[in-house]
Amino acid sequence: MEKKPILELKEITKRYPGVVALDQVSISFYSGEVHAIVGENGAGKSTLIKIMTGAISPTEGKMFFEGKEVIDNSPQKAIEMGITAVYQELNLLKYLTVAENIYYNRFPKKGPFIDYQKMKKDAGEVLEHLGVVIDPAELVKNLTVGYQQLVEIAKSLSRTVKVIIMDEPSAPLTNNELKYLFDIVKKLKDEGLAVLYISHRMEEIFQICDKVSVFRDGHYISTKAVVDTTKDELIKEMVNREISDTYPQVEKELGEVSLEVKGVTTSLLKNISFSVRRGERLGIAGLVGAGRTETARAIFGADRMEKGEIYLNGKLLHITSPADAIKEGIAYLPEDRKQLGLFLNMSVKDNLLFSYYPELAQSGLINNKNATEVCDQQVVTLKVKTPTREQLISHLSGGNQQKVIVAKWMLMDCDVIIFDEPTRGIDVGAKQEIYQLINMLAKEGKTIIVISSELQELMGISDRILVMAEGRITGEVDRDTMTQKKILELASVER
Amino acid sequence: MKKEQGKKVNWGDMGIILTLIAMIIFFSVVTKSFLSAKNFANIARQISITGICSVGMTMVILTGGIDLSIGSVIGFTSAVAALMMSNGQPIILASVVSLALGVIIGVINATCINYLQIPAMIATLGTQISLRGAVYLVTGGMPVYGLPESFKVLGQGSVGIIPISMIIMVIVFIIGYIILNKMVFGRKIYGIGGNAETARLSGVNVKKEIYKIYMLVGFFGSLAGLILMSRVNSGQPSAGDGYEMDIITAVVLGGVSVSGGEGKITKVIIGVIFMGVLANGMMMMNINEYWQRVVKGLVLLAAVAVDIRTKNKAS
Repeated sequence: MEKKPILELKEITKRYPGVVALDQVSISFYSGEVHAIVGENGAGKSTLIKIMTGAISPTEGKMFFEGKEVIDNSPQKAIEMGITAVYQELNLLKYLTVAENIYYNRFPKKGPFIDYQKMKKDAGEVLEHLGVVIDPAELVKNLTVGYQQLVEIAKSLSRTVKVIIMDEPSAPLTNNELKYLFDIVKKLKDEGLAVLYISHRMEEIFQICDKVSVFRDGHYISTKAVVDTTKDELIKEMVNREISDTYPQVEKELGEVSLEVKGVTTSLLKNISFSVRRGERLGIAGLVGAGRTETARAIFGADRMEKGEIYLNGKLLHITSPADAIKEGIAYLPEDRKQLGLFLNMSVKDNLLFSYYPELAQSGLINNKNATEVCDQQVVTLKVKTPTREQLISHLSGGNQQKVIVAKWMLMDCDVIIFDEPTRGIDVGAKQEIYQLINMLAKEGKTIIVISSELQELMGISDRILVMAEGRITGEVDRDTMTQKKILELASVER
Repeated sequence: MKKEQGKKVNWGDMGIILTLIAMIIFFSVVTKSFLSAKNFANIARQISITGICSVGMTMVILTGGIDLSIGSVIGFTSAVAALMMSNGQPIILASVVSLALGVIIGVINATCINYLQIPAMIATLGTQISLRGAVYLVTGGMPVYGLPESFKVLGQGSVGIIPISMIIMVIVFIIGYIILNKMVFGRKIYGIGGNAETARLSGVNVKKEIYKIYMLVGFFGSLAGLILMSRVNSGQPSAGDGYEMDIITAVVLGGVSVSGGEGKITKVIIGVIFMGVLANGMMMMNINEYWQRVVKGLVLLAAVAVDIRTKNKAS
């Protein structure tokens, strides 16, 4: 290849006390290419982004931009050069308009005042250029997460940009919004930008990227043209071991019907009825906003039900709070781990035992010896990687955090376990372990409900799938008859 | 498995202790009367009131709440107890009524927070103002005298040289320590402060716990009120006025995060002693009361600033 790289990193090393986050990494990026970066959590992807955008400086190594060495990179400098990043966590001001967000801190002015006319017009042009239909005068809070993500991209493109880094841009998007994103990426590529695309979703990489680089444990492993590699090969390089069966299955028997949901209606749900058997893994599919999470929350007593009945093993339950649901034997592992699943200020031990503490206590006093034993046992059983049980949970990787949550609910020994997006944002290896845990629980005769936006995953780990759209159940497919096409059709049913 | 942290000297931890020692040396040098057993017993009596309240306040702040009504709880419950005692009611009955009133005020605060969904700061500000009005109503704005002689023991008596009020404070601190570190209730308190929604989805009845916590603060407030009343040997309509700020300052100085979920009761003791020594020392130096207020306010600001700085560094 004769082309000169626009951005080149040479032997970049970043050391933190006790950890080498990046080890002698050399990599080049070219204009007009979409370059995917893949790797498990902790592979060094985030550190790499931070070095390129000037958020942190490398311990060793050099960075070249358009052939010139970049000295003392800083966020300001990176932006001036034309390197910009769109992060997973949105940095938008929700109570300001789209236009205000795009031009925040660089408001066009007329004398001492903000020129709202010009700002609105300019923002409109940026959005139109991206092919996004959003009113620049709309408040950001009124947009879906997907559209907010697009505003974030528009914001970063409202300056002169030569390199754009997208960190998991597709994570919160629905299928429709995903098309938008892909169109945008293609457009940017055609305009000669270098696009760095970081994603956990393999399918996307093969759809829109030109090259893919694999990172593992802070090491740069390889760069290949997408056409020269396969998903299995990439995964193998990422985890350094063969993952033979992406969706492991177990021999198990289906028992009696255990959970029965009859006519559940809330402000967002209409007459939801279904039943699940012991040992069965029921998947719930649907687009964002279809009512999957709401169904789980209604069963779990987290949201108020207007109408409907829930039976467990033939008994009518009266659930008005999560505490009631847990007492009856229903567990729910929420979708948003950080906001709803974890106590980020607490240790691994306190997170793991939080709901189980009453069982470890006599007249309210916790037996610390037993607590420690139970905690250590769960950590070993679920292979949670943590230096100590007193480690703050926020310092663990997403996969290990999720394992702690699973461990916490396994202790509660509930009959029904509802997993809401159990593998979101966790790496391939940890996903496998989560699938195996789900299988193990089903084999033990638990009733499992899984909600997932990744259709392939859902099809791989469910015995039967319910499809929802706009607060209703629109259909049901079982293992033998399920196809992606069929589910998508049911999920996009319009009423 | 050992704790990973704790090896490094945490400036936020050590800073307060070093400042306290420096302050004690300073006051010992510049005043004659500061460094004496009698004055130390005096400090112990003074801090027992804020100390007892600070245990409850620590729990409230750990849940991410705050209780601004505690000064008025001291005033109101002690006024009622003083009136009952001066009217010849038995000490025990008056005390029980006073403690029960403290708990009831806690129920009112928690109801405002749980069901009327008023933020804790505003809810307890409301009860603070109303209760202070109620104190002036029941006392007619006049001090209540004529308390039974035997009641003096609570605030003025001592075992050897150790004041009884200080013994009570130590017991309250031990109770607080056990609740926060050894009991399920304590884990729930930290959980609610760390992430109330996660706590709810983990099966905690958050509203019920909020009730328990504010009732406990009310109880400790009225206990402190009885001690104060015994110490000044009368029911003063202005009793406890502004104490909430001293108490909150002590708790924050002790490293309890104002955003909830983080802090240790063992360090709050240091915060309480700090405020006690500071107030006493300034009095010994004859610094006028207005200046004392200026200093206390600055201490609160400094404590919060340090709290936020250490937090930012950690993340």
